[in-house]
Amino acid sequence: MRFTLRIWRQAQQETTGRFVDFAVEDIPAEMSLLELLDSINRGLILESADPVAFDHDCREGICGMCSLVINGRPHGPGAGTTTCQLYMRSFADGETIVVEPFRADAFPVVKDLIVDRSAFDRIIAAGGYVTVTTGQTPEANDILVAKENAEEAMDAAACIGCGACVAACKNASAMLFVAAKVSHLSLLPQGQPEKSRRVLTMVREMDQSGFGNCSNEAECEAVCPKEISIGHIARMNRQYLFAMLLSGERS
Amino acid sequence: MEPNTIDPKIPDGDLHEKWDKHRFDLKLVSPANRPRYKIIVVGTGLAGASAAATLSELGYQVEIFCIQDSPRRAHSIAAQGGINAAKNYPNDGDTVWRLFYDTLKGGDFRAREANVYRLAQVANNIIDQCVAQGVPFAREYGGYLANRSFGGAQVSRTFYARGQTGQQLLLGAYSALMKEVNRGNVQIHTRSEMVDLVVEDGIAKGIIVRNLLSGEFTRHAAHCVILATGGYSNVFHLSTNAMVSNCSAIYRAYKKGAFFANPSFTQIHPTCVPRSGHYQSKLTLMSESLRNDGRVWVPTDSEDHRSAEDIPESDRDYFLERQYPSFGNLVPRDVASRAVKNICDAGRGVGPVGQSVYLDFGTAIENQGSQVIEEKYGNLFQMYEEITSDDPYRTPMRIYPASHYTMGGLWVDYNLMSNIAGLFVIGEANFSDHGANRLGASALMQGLADGYFIVPSTVADYLAVQPAIDLDPDRASFRADEHKARGCYADFVTGKGKIPVDDLHHELGAIMWDRVGMSRSAQGLEVAIKQIRQLRGKYRHSACVPGDANDLNEQLEKAGRIADFIDLGELMALDARSREESCGAHFREEHQSSQHEPIRDDTHFQHVALWEYRGENELPEKHLEELEFKWLKPETRSYR
Ligand SMILES: Cc1cc2nc3c(=O)[nH]c(=O)nc-3n(C[C@H](O)[C@H](O)[C@H](O)COP(=O)(O)OP(=O)(O)OC[C@H]3O[C@@H](n4cnc5c(N)ncnc54)[C@H](O)[C@@H]3O)c2cc1C
Ligand code: FES
Repeated sequence: MRFTLRIWRQAQQETTGRFVDFAVEDIPAEMSLLELLDSINRGLILESADPVAFDHDCREGICGMCSLVINGRPHGPGAGTTTCQLYMRSFADGETIVVEPFRADAFPVVKDLIVDRSAFDRIIAAGGYVTVTTGQTPEANDILVAKENAEEAMDAAACIGCGACVAACKNASAMLFVAAKVSHLSLLPQGQPEKSRRVLTMVREMDQSGFGNCSNEAECEAVCPKEISIGHIARMNRQYLFAMLLSGERS
Repeated sequence: MEPNTIDPKIPDGDLHEKWDKHRFDLKLVSPANRPRYKIIVVGTGLAGASAAATLSELGYQVEIFCIQDSPRRAHSIAAQGGINAAKNYPNDGDTVWRLFYDTLKGGDFRAREANVYRLAQVANNIIDQCVAQGVPFAREYGGYLANRSFGGAQVSRTFYARGQTGQQLLLGAYSALMKEVNRGNVQIHTRSEMVDLVVEDGIAKGIIVRNLLSGEFTRHAAHCVILATGGYSNVFHLSTNAMVSNCSAIYRAYKKGAFFANPSFTQIHPTCVPRSGHYQSKLTLMSESLRNDGRVWVPTDSEDHRSAEDIPESDRDYFLERQYPSFGNLVPRDVASRAVKNICDAGRGVGPVGQSVYLDFGTAIENQGSQVIEEKYGNLFQMYEEITSDDPYRTPMRIYPASHYTMGGLWVDYNLMSNIAGLFVIGEANFSDHGANRLGASALMQGLADGYFIVPSTVADYLAVQPAIDLDPDRASFRADEHKARGCYADFVTGKGKIPVDDLHHELGAIMWDRVGMSRSAQGLEVAIKQIRQLRGKYRHSACVPGDANDLNEQLEKAGRIADFIDLGELMALDARSREESCGAHFREEHQSSQHEPIRDDTHFQHVALWEYRGENELPEKHLEELEFKWLKPETRSYR
């Protein structure tokens, strides 16, 4: 197969970037897009030029390290997959493929296609856990969890923290990411005691990190590689309101 | 010269009571004193994250480092199948003793009895801990935890969260870690690579780190250092490991005097998606849990080229079930991998180049319905289809072995401390409790046992006798090591070579896979050693690293890691050469029965081989830790 890759190049956060075209030929359909980037980079290295910087690690859709907006869509055309799970057979022969970084104020570009997603870690640190220390635990089967709840919690917990939801949203909102964690823990008995505190602190940190508001466009759900439902956002909103009321009563 | 024997400092007493008694004997640091000690943890996988969170909860100051942009992305995230514990919830006869027995036998009696018993003992606490954190393990309708079976065991003791167990366990440990970050007790350095260990008078004092965004070098001092940097399967170039998984942290510690134990013990996993082309960057594992319901076969007649669905039962050879009637498809990994290799080498494999066998769910779907199969393996089937565009609900999967896990690693004593005082090594990075072969679902168990429950106690024993003095990373030793590291990275980019480092990695992988992989011979290993030495020369003269050392430069990062892989490759070949027996995953062609079963030699090789670095152009020196089996008599492993 034959393609033109139009790739975003940007030396540093402060410099302005631009698109650069790379024409490639004889590409097997079974090659992955990231392997194609590897091979473009190999060509650049042989010319002593700077290879294209992009994030990746597991290359099997679970670590959340890979990103990229491909032809205007985070993680490219496939449903329920990450960029590293994208194979060239998904594109038409001769196609021009536009490759850009995730774009959001809260995710500044570091170099080329790499962005800084540390805001997600700060949101989790603000409250995305059950406060339990090592050893302070009952026997596992003393905590019963209805199978349906465990399954739904797992649906939310499947989030890989890639940030595609933010990149797809016109407001650059992180609601789906935050809601997935809030929902996962609040569906389980272990998450109950801190339920209100958790949603308040996580939402506060999200706001402070410069993410936008949610206006129910559902673009996040459409691009989520783990197909996490925006139903979780509704659950979080209810919890948030309830927690606000509760904190109002207390203060 | 006779090798020295090294003492693992196993405590006395009854096997059942050793760990409890030892914990009582270990010295403590009082809560008021703990904040005066600083601990460095390198790595945020299951082992590192669980250790750092627990040590911080106890009150120590913790500084933790990882290569990825977030601690949550460590390679542990990719583990699929599950984690073992002897809870005996299914009432099928499991006990701590049976888990101990299975693990020691699975490792072909090349692990330390006392460590394996301790591992089996604390495994149940891990499940309790993870459940309390909110890990959404699979449940039965009554709300109780569900279990499934894994290779090398005849009981169901594996806990799982769909096909994403590693992800959920790591997110549990990560959340515990972030909770401590929020308390202000843990300092996290992401996109940071440890490039050297600082050792003064045989004592670990800190590390030198390169910031992967800016290229800046920094010095970090601590009262002890814990390495949790994972395994080195990427020495084979293609493996199931994540792209940045590497050996550099432990290899550089080895160069500073830490013993490397059993480097050649590496596991090849039987069920991976076969390779498709030269450009391939990694191999994808299909979880062992699939062998619960999947049946492995090839056509009985090697000339049978019909598509799998058209081949009737009578013309199929379910060779694992035939060769190993009592364990069938659930034989341990080394046994399954070799059986698959032998079938393919005999020209009986399937697929375009005959380098794969079928893993078939037809019978399971017929008996249980496709909905049940989807519930169990849905995401794995989906993953397979995404890669191959074949639908496993309809056509059988095709699988082939790939490098997956490294049982070898830095040597540690019963306290998980290396021979360098103050240097602890946990998780896949140490030489592990898995002997010559690891059973499925036991790496997650070991990483979390080390991190949550073992190292927090043993670190205290070490720190209790260390003065809680102020630390000074500006001392001469730190400055000298930083200077050396800086020079080393600057040299990589000033080289005039023409060969991208990935190409050299590729070459190394081919040597390792062919001669230091699933089947090894003295002659092949000699050739490998020669080829690796030539490759090292080629690397020195011809490696090409573009760009700048003071910038984000992935090629430069790789250059450092691949240089270490080349050196480690030679050490692995030397180790494999000197072990004149077949045990677990280490198969020496000279040591097999007429039925191609491995022959172990307990008289001469019932030991751990420890290698000590002697300098750039010197051969390493070998020491031994003799393995004693007081409670279990080593038997010939049989799964027939
Ligand atoms: C695909 C796959 C599936 C698996 N499935 C299972 C399973 O079902 N059950 C099971 O028990 N086991 C499984 N395993 C094995 C298991 O996942 C690993 O053995 C285990 O997760 C290793 O954990 P760890 O904490 O030791 O290291 P890792 O998770 O590999 O973490 C290493 C950490 O060290 C950091 N690091 C490395 N070098 C440096 C350096 N120089 N400087 C700074 N940081 C560094 C990395 O950034 C990372 O944070 C699987 C493995 C693979 C590859
Ligand atoms: S590289 Fe891990 S999800 Fe894509």
